[in-house]
Amino acid sequence: MTRPSRGQPRSVPVAAFALAAVAALFFVLPLAGLIWRAPWAAVGRELGAREVRQALRLSLVCSLWATALSLALGVPLAWVLARASFPGRRLVRALTTLPMVLPPVVGGVALLLAFGRRGLVGQYLDQWFGVRLPFTTAGAVLAETFVAMPFLVITAEAGFRSANRRFEEAARTLGARPWTVFRRVTLPLVAPSLAAGAVLCWARALGEFGATITFAGNFPGTTQTTPLKVYLLLESRPDAAIVLSLVLLGVSLAVLVGLRQRWLGSA
Amino acid sequence: MTAPTHPAHLQADVALALGDLALDVSLDLPLGATIALLGPNGAGKTTLLRALAGLQPLDAGRVVLDGLVLEDTAAGVRLAPEQRPIGVLFQDYLLFPHLSALENVAFGLRCRGVARTEARRRALAWLDRVGLGDRAGARPRALSGGQAQRVALARALATDPQLLLLDEPLSALDAATRLEVRRELRRHLASFPGVRLLVTHDPLEAIALADTLVVLEHGRVVQAGTAADVSARPRSRYVAELVGVNLYRGAGGQGTVALAGGAALHSPAAATPGDVFALVHPRAVSLHRRAPEGTPRNVWKGVAGSLDLEGERVRVRVAGPIPIVAEVTPAAVAELALADGGEVWVSVKAAEVEVYPA
Amino acid sequence: MRRAAPATAVAALLLAACGGAAGGFGGGPVSMPPTSAAPDAAPPRLTGSITVLAAASLTDAFNELGRQFQAAHPGIAISFSFGASSTLAQQVKAGAPADVLATADEATMQVAVAGGVAQPEVFARNRLAILVARGNPKGVRDLADLARPDLVVVLCAAEVPCGRFGQQALDKAGVKASPRSLEANVRGVVSKVALGEADAGIVYVTDVRAAGDRAEGVTIPDALNVVATYPIATVTATRNGSLAGGFVAYVRSPEGRQILATAGFQA
Repeated sequence: MTRPSRGQPRSVPVAAFALAAVAALFFVLPLAGLIWRAPWAAVGRELGAREVRQALRLSLVCSLWATALSLALGVPLAWVLARASFPGRRLVRALTTLPMVLPPVVGGVALLLAFGRRGLVGQYLDQWFGVRLPFTTAGAVLAETFVAMPFLVITAEAGFRSANRRFEEAARTLGARPWTVFRRVTLPLVAPSLAAGAVLCWARALGEFGATITFAGNFPGTTQTTPLKVYLLLESRPDAAIVLSLVLLGVSLAVLVGLRQRWLGSA
Repeated sequence: MTAPTHPAHLQADVALALGDLALDVSLDLPLGATIALLGPNGAGKTTLLRALAGLQPLDAGRVVLDGLVLEDTAAGVRLAPEQRPIGVLFQDYLLFPHLSALENVAFGLRCRGVARTEARRRALAWLDRVGLGDRAGARPRALSGGQAQRVALARALATDPQLLLLDEPLSALDAATRLEVRRELRRHLASFPGVRLLVTHDPLEAIALADTLVVLEHGRVVQAGTAADVSARPRSRYVAELVGVNLYRGAGGQGTVALAGGAALHSPAAATPGDVFALVHPRAVSLHRRAPEGTPRNVWKGVAGSLDLEGERVRVRVAGPIPIVAEVTPAAVAELALADGGEVWVSVKAAEVEVYPA
Repeated sequence: MRRAAPATAVAALLLAACGGAAGGFGGGPVSMPPTSAAPDAAPPRLTGSITVLAAASLTDAFNELGRQFQAAHPGIAISFSFGASSTLAQQVKAGAPADVLATADEATMQVAVAGGVAQPEVFARNRLAILVARGNPKGVRDLADLARPDLVVVLCAAEVPCGRFGQQALDKAGVKASPRSLEANVRGVVSKVALGEADAGIVYVTDVRAAGDRAEGVTIPDALNVVATYPIATVTATRNGSLAGGFVAYVRSPEGRQILATAGFQA
């Protein structure tokens, strides 16, 4: 299976390369399909449409907010899951991965039942505070956070687990109180994991469709994020849908490639 | 709380069980001296050090440092590590990888509320003292082992602790660096005013750095004293092996030390009855292929086993009623054909058997 | 005029013969209930399986039609795929392995005609209705009420047929509604109203019936209403032409019409 060349055995077997090539094709071919069918001549016109620009801007705004919210809530959760021991910890961990396996539309319905106008919590939000989440941009952010936060929690928890606790002990012997230890030692050490988790979270939020349209609805400028716009464009103007999809892909690729080098420190 | 009789002492009564280890130790360490905690792996040295640092809670006991109660299980008092005036030098240094050398040294000062510029100034002064002022901006991974060790020492000392704990400070270094760093460490330790406790499994390190040795085995203090005391009168197999002598324990009296298994060693020093140690230097052991004549009172037949070259002499393990290690010349090895093993006669003069109370 | 009549009759017969419908019960856009059933010629034995793509609003009706048809012809299998008409048409155009296509409007069917369906026949009609919560708590009486600021209104997006029709009806009534969401298909509107998240929405009459007691309907007068015509056609690339044709014939048979009528479709 491996043929030594010039006396040195190859480090990766040929079979692994072959399978890896198939895997890569699996991702590349659909993208190639999109590029092949894109109406390059009409790109400018399609992208200039007001609703398209609205959808792109809304997608960016919502996904960034969703990532911020996921960081604010998900990092403490990941820390607790990794460090504290309490009854039901396994259950809580399983629940945080629930949105990953739930079909997004089902997630959207669940959010309605919880935060909708007549929802478990939503009815009080409405009655007491006049806060209504469905059909609002905040609702879109909530839907995206719901589906994307688990990615951050899982990655961050792994980071906290594998962080060397002895550095934290060293910090304590130097006089650092627990919050200082977390802020100046633990966080910087897990920063790469957190960055990776945040990127995954952001990418998932950006592409979210089912929960958003079910919970927040679809209205241009308020809740019509790019995936929703693409879906509707497929009905009427498939060419425009392809163009918009490619824009989304391009933005994601740019961010992922750029971030990996800077924050995640890999080749 | 009564005032301690000797200020600036570390009085520690520590009892704690961790896994297989049952630690039960009482220590009284004065300032101004470096104490080495010596013992085999698993003896509990690092556990004791961590307990003093506050990283391991006690099951029972009391630790008082210069009048400050660090821990008192009876009174329910326990100071967290960050509240203790300690400095710890860890075996693998644990320099924060994301901070520069200067920031590492300044870390403890910043935690204790020193303003940033002042902390950095003092940190730089410490780095200068350990000879690394020019590497202040370097990250730990850019430092050599010896340099990292010095930064770690500076970091531990920068907060002016009252108790300095060193966990195997030289073991991570290669042999060449170790010698040089050892010299410097001794110098720095000498100028440190507080209590200094050093943990090591290397007797050379212990003797080179410390004035007093405390030998810990299976969680208990087996022996304490100066290096000379300890080597002259080992009180455990471990120390005996470190020092390189044969040690036996038995019942003394009337010129004989009765050992387990029925054997006995004759010695004029075994006069008073009681539990005693009997020590025989390997050099005092003679080996013969035929039963020796003459004066030695201790003679028995054994089987020659492994040979080890120690410097210019050879150590021979002899199994028998009294297992013993003999030190002979290579010539003798050749003459007696000890390499072939087989039966040998062992003889030790009675006067060469040192006996002292256990 | 009188001379044209026999010609029209001949043309109608010819159309029926080439229409591909095995039963041949008359074709053309204006269908009339058949006056009498054709003599019971022994139908050819139908075997195999087919895939039917049908508009979302046909879900319940077609499921029932499928059940009855399979009961009448044991051993055959029909699988349905329901979705937005435009998506289905795109799929057929792109060569998806389907055998029968039924859409919610003729414009969408034309997309597929270009790509490969046989001559379509209209088999049902649908009208619009306003869907409100059970008991009509907000007292919605007509299209004009949809402009009320205190109502949360959801409509279908303009890219899908029910959205286009809904807008036509609103235009006819001179009503300017402010929907909070533009759903990607009519079922989205139904679920939002049924879950209590929206107060009113424009759906098809059949959806009112399908909603059962989760919601109720408010009639839109014929003058303001829009009629949606549903064409059905076999896909030219079908592998089981006889079964496909047989199903289409069944849909257009009196029995089929009865099932459609029960669901709320109009002839």
